[in-house]
Amino acid sequence: MSVDYYLYLSAILFTIGTVGVLTRRNAIVVFMCIELMLNAVNLTLVTFARMNGTLDGQIIAFFVMVVAAAEVVVGLAIIMSIFRARRSASVDDANLLKY
Amino acid sequence: MTLLAQVPAYASPTGVFHLTWLLVALPAASAAVLLLGGRRTNAWGHLLGCATPVLSFVIAVVEFFALIGRDGGQSRQIDQHLFSWVPVAGFHANANLLLDPLSLVFVLLITGVGSLIHIYSIGYMEHDPDRRRFFGELNLFVAAMLLLVLADNYLLLYVGWEGVGLASYLLIGFWSYKPTAAVAAKKAFLVNRVGDLGLSFAIMLMFTTFGTFSFGQIFGAAGRHTASATTMTAIGLLLLLGACGKSAQAPLQSWLLDAMEGPTPVSALIHAATMVTAGVYLVARSGAIYNVSPDARVAVEVVGAVTLVMGAIIGCAYDDIKKVLAASTMSQIGYMMLAVGLGPGVYAIGILHLLTHGFFKANMFLGAGSVMHGMNDEVNMRRFGGLRSVMPWTFWTFGFGYLAIIGLPPFAGFFSKDKIIEAAFDKGGAEGWILGVVALVGAGVTAFYMSRLMIMTFFGHRRWAKDAHPHESPNVMLVPMAILAAGSVLIGGLLVLGGALQNFLEPAVGRSVEVGAHTIAPLVLTLLTLLVVAGGVLAAWWLVARKPVPVEQPLNVTPLTWAARRSLYGDAINENVFMRPGAYLTRALVYFDGRGVDGGVNGLAALIGGTSARLRRAQTGFARSYALSMLVGAFAVTAALLLVRVG
Repeated sequence: MSVDYYLYLSAILFTIGTVGVLTRRNAIVVFMCIELMLNAVNLTLVTFARMNGTLDGQIIAFFVMVVAAAEVVVGLAIIMSIFRARRSASVDDANLLKY
Repeated sequence: MTLLAQVPAYASPTGVFHLTWLLVALPAASAAVLLLGGRRTNAWGHLLGCATPVLSFVIAVVEFFALIGRDGGQSRQIDQHLFSWVPVAGFHANANLLLDPLSLVFVLLITGVGSLIHIYSIGYMEHDPDRRRFFGELNLFVAAMLLLVLADNYLLLYVGWEGVGLASYLLIGFWSYKPTAAVAAKKAFLVNRVGDLGLSFAIMLMFTTFGTFSFGQIFGAAGRHTASATTMTAIGLLLLLGACGKSAQAPLQSWLLDAMEGPTPVSALIHAATMVTAGVYLVARSGAIYNVSPDARVAVEVVGAVTLVMGAIIGCAYDDIKKVLAASTMSQIGYMMLAVGLGPGVYAIGILHLLTHGFFKANMFLGAGSVMHGMNDEVNMRRFGGLRSVMPWTFWTFGFGYLAIIGLPPFAGFFSKDKIIEAAFDKGGAEGWILGVVALVGAGVTAFYMSRLMIMTFFGHRRWAKDAHPHESPNVMLVPMAILAAGSVLIGGLLVLGGALQNFLEPAVGRSVEVGAHTIAPLVLTLLTLLVVAGGVLAAWWLVARKPVPVEQPLNVTPLTWAARRSLYGDAINENVFMRPGAYLTRALVYFDGRGVDGGVNGLAALIGGTSARLRRAQTGFARSYALSMLVGAFAVTAALLLVRVG
């Protein structure tokens, strides 16, 4: 089975994630899209690791998962507190930090 | 050439000479107590202020007798090491005091005349609420002046030099609520700054040339001709510039007349007897430098001769009694400068005139102060007249000073001025004749303006203001005046007989040279001088005493009088040559600074500020637009990498 399909899937997932981050307003959805992008990259890493017969890419994929887990903890906490303060989870509403 | 040609090995202090530091320390301590102690020292401040100069004087007298008890020559030069002032590698500046005959005569003059003037001030300043501060500043002056004359190196001398300048500034502006006094103080300070710059350059040049500040080493090196003639002339001229500033010599003479805004004891002590003679001291002390530089000596002579005539002419025209005396001081210091400029062998005569002048001019200033004290601080001589009978003590003491300054034998001025005129003629050649005639004519003009002052003040009919009730001053003022008057009579003879002063000063300023052939026989010259002086007195009688003195200043006068009333346009010249171009230069610089330098810097700041204000707009606060820009950036980087890889 060719590795190409994995890479195609990865590209599609990444694109979906990117478009989601750019177009969606709900912070939870944006967050999920980011996870999607990370996992698309993980898929690429694992694919190449398999293709080359080495473990490097797989190990990096584990690292990405760990970092993603930590990021989820912090990110969700931020989204929660923003929601409590402003009664909204829209990323466009959280715009106080500007010129 | 002189004794200073060798490196002098100064003697170490023994016995009473260990006390030399106290000469300076005592007045300095009382100045500190009075100036820092504040109002709680008001009650006894003037007594402390008088006690310390008197104590210094006592020490000086004891040291004087100890000094003449020693053998002549270098054992009479005693160097007291106080502390190492600037000890760094390869460079040592010591705080050493040099007590030699030259500094000792100055110490005696400063503490002696100074003590008398301090005592006089108790009476003169009695009603002044700031009398304690006055004594504090006067003590500060005495301490600084003593440091100036006792220093054994130029660096320490410079400390004293600036110290007397500071004290002079403070005391001229003592009544600083008067705008004229405040301006006069500033003027004195600024003009002195020009001179001080010259002195500091001279000291720097000496340091780079000889690598030391010490008198002994510099003079020794100068005597061995280790430096080029040009360097020595430059040092001499720079020292002369310093001397001109402090001694109010042309072209830096303009501050002295205004300095009369200070209290009269200040005029007597600082602007007649001591501080203004510091320039003469400097030249005499630096004799070893002038000995090897005839050009610098000529400059000193010319400055002295020019100032001598200028001061005398100015003195003829002013109606302010203190300003006449100030102009006379300029003129007399001109005589001293002329004498010390005449070179090796004549320094002692300049110092002689300095000492006699210190007595008779301080005496006359105190007399003028006594007159002002009795006349509601009036200084216009046209408002005096006939004071002889009302203030007999003042009249007689002033009269002795008058006879001394015009040079009537056997009063003090006769001995010293006569010798200067003689020395000027003995210089020989055209130079000798010019200087001699100038000095001789100066003596005549001196006799004229001093007689005019005497006639207008003490003789004639009474032209007093309506509310004036002249009275004799209290004894605390009269006694110092009487002592100074006695000095004006006696000191010239005492110092000259048997060449006493010249022999005494020999270790410091070199042997006085006896001229073999005189240009004019001394006796003839003396008679000629007396004739000229008599002519001056007669002219004053003819012009001033025969008809009543007008109370208003007459306006139909000769151009010379007109110029002299404006102090020979000294201020106008300063204003047009230095002040106005200086003001224009400052204005141009301010414009350049404002438009050029500031314009460039402010323009750059405005450019950056404006740009950043516009760039700031990119920070919209919308997280999604940031995400888009990150994406675009990532694409750009990837595209660039791909291009490089593929291309």
